[in-house]
Amino acid sequence: METTSKPIQFDVSSIRRQFPLLAETMNGKPLVFLDSAASSQKPQVVLEKIDYYYRHLHANVHRGVYRLSQEATDAYEHGRKVARRFLNAAKEEEIIFVRGTTEAINLVADTYGRKYLNPGDEVIVSGLEHHSNIVPWQLACSHYSAKLRVIPVLDNGTLDLDAFRKLLNDRTKMVAVAHVSNTLGTINPIKEIITLAHDKDIPVMVDGAQAAPHATIDVQALDVDFYAFSGHKVYGPTGIGILYGKQKWLSELPPYQGGGEMIAQVTFDHTTFAELPHKFEAGTPNIAGAVGLGAALEFVMETGRETIASHEAGLLSYATEQLLAIPGLRIYGTAPDKASVISFLLNNVHPYDTGTILDQLGIAVRTGHHCTQPLMDRFGIPGTVRASFGVYNTTEDIDQLVAGVRKAASMLQ
Amino acid sequence: MSIDQIQDGIIADFAFFSDWMEKYEYIIELGKNLPVIDDRYKDEDHLIKGCQSRVWLHADLDGDLVRFTADSDAIITRGIIALLIQVLSNQTPEAIASADLYFIEKIGLKEHLSPTRANGLLSMVKQMKLYGLALATKVNE
Repeated sequence: METTSKPIQFDVSSIRRQFPLLAETMNGKPLVFLDSAASSQKPQVVLEKIDYYYRHLHANVHRGVYRLSQEATDAYEHGRKVARRFLNAAKEEEIIFVRGTTEAINLVADTYGRKYLNPGDEVIVSGLEHHSNIVPWQLACSHYSAKLRVIPVLDNGTLDLDAFRKLLNDRTKMVAVAHVSNTLGTINPIKEIITLAHDKDIPVMVDGAQAAPHATIDVQALDVDFYAFSGHKVYGPTGIGILYGKQKWLSELPPYQGGGEMIAQVTFDHTTFAELPHKFEAGTPNIAGAVGLGAALEFVMETGRETIASHEAGLLSYATEQLLAIPGLRIYGTAPDKASVISFLLNNVHPYDTGTILDQLGIAVRTGHHCTQPLMDRFGIPGTVRASFGVYNTTEDIDQLVAGVRKAASMLQ
Repeated sequence: MSIDQIQDGIIADFAFFSDWMEKYEYIIELGKNLPVIDDRYKDEDHLIKGCQSRVWLHADLDGDLVRFTADSDAIITRGIIALLIQVLSNQTPEAIASADLYFIEKIGLKEHLSPTRANGLLSMVKQMKLYGLALATKVNE
C-alpha cells in the first residue's frame, strides 16, 4: 500500500526541524514534549497546506459551479483520497470525515444502535478502553435496554482472550475495542478479535486513535467493519478525523445528523439522502481540516510508517530500561507488544506531584487517569504519569525525562 | 492577624527563594506537616472532586472563628492547602467570605488554582468561602 511513497533515510534532527513548536520553551526551559498520545505537534508541511488553502483555495465545497469552489472541493476530496490510501480502504465512499475518533464512535453507536440493538442484546467492549469507546456504547445500550459486556484486562495489560471467547454469544451485536491502549500502550490482537467475532457474524469497531500515528493499518487485511482515528494525534489538525466503514454497513445505517450536504431531495413530507460518503457529512465540513489531515497522512507515509515504528520502538525500549533503573518506579502495562506509550508511578507518589515537578523542568507528560477510569480501578491506582513518544522524540528527550523523574523522586519521597 | 497580614507574611517568606525548586521543596514540606484531618471527615460529603488530585475539607465554628482542616492525596496540593488554611483558618466567617487571596499570584502558584488544573484547589477555595457565608448566618443567629 505504500508503493508510491519512498521511505527516506531517517534523521530525527531533520524531522525535528520540521516541527516549529518543538523549538519553544516551557517554564523557561527547552520544551521536552512527551505527550504525543494526547495530541501530536504539527509539521511545517501541514501548517503550510492549511495556510495555502485559506489564502488561495477557500470556498464552500460540493456547491458552486465556479472554479474556486471546484478547487476547494478537489483539495477536500484529496484529503479523502489520502486517507483511503492510509487505511488501504477499498473505496473512497468508505471514508467519512468526522471531528475525531469520539465523533466516529458516537456516529456508529447511535446509528447502529437505532437499526440493530434490541432489548437483551449485548455489546462487548474491553477493560482498557478510553471513555470515548465506552460511554457512546453505554448510552446506546441503555437506550435499547441492551447490555454492555467487558473483556477483562490481565495484569500485564493485555486482554483476556479466553474470557472474550466466552463473552461472544448469540445476543452479541457489536464488539468495540481499541487497537492500542492510550494508557498502557498495549497493542491488542485485533486481527484475532475480528476473526473470532466474525466467526459468529458479529461486526467489530476498532478505535484506532492511538494506532494511526504508530502502525501500518490495512482495513481490508484486517477485514474490520469500522475503524476510527483522529487527525490531531497523527500530526494533523484538531477537529478532523476519519471513520472508515465497510460500504455494506454504511449503506445500511441510517444517517447520523441531518442538514445540508447529506440530502438528495427534501420536501416537507419526505427527504431522501445523499450517496456515501456525503450521507454522513451533514453541513459544511471542516474543509481546512481535511486538507491539513491529507498533508499529515502524506507526511507519515513519506517518512515511512515502518521507519517511524522502528524509531519509536527504540525509544520505548530505551525509556523502559532507563526508567526501571529508578528505585521504586513501577511501569503499568508490560505487554510484549507495545506502542510508544509508557505509564508509571513512583512508589506512593501521586502522579499529579510528579507531573508538577516535570512541568517545572520543561517536560510535558500527561498525568491522571487518561480518560480510562475503569482501567485505573482495575489496577487500584488514582492515575499514572504517562510519557508518549512520536516521530520527533530523541533519546536525549528520554534522558531529560529520566533525570526529571529522579529529581521528582528525590523531592517528593 | 488579619488575612491580609498573613498573606503579606507568606509573600515575604517566598521572596527568599531563589528558584522554583526551593519554593516547591518548601511547599512539599508544608504538605508533609499539614495537621491530619479527622478520619471521619475523609468521606464523600467532604470530598472536593478534582480530575487528578482529590481534596477533603471540613469547617468548624470555634466561638466566632472558623477552623478549617483539610487533606489531599497529592503532596503539592497538600502544601498549597496548608497555605490556604494558614490564611483563612481562625478568621471570622465574614472575613473569609470577602477575602481577596492575592498571595497565590504573588508567590507564583496561580497555575495551581486555575480551572484547567483539575486538582480541586479552586473548588476548595470556593468551598471555604461558601462555608464562610454559611457560618456567617449561623454566627449572626
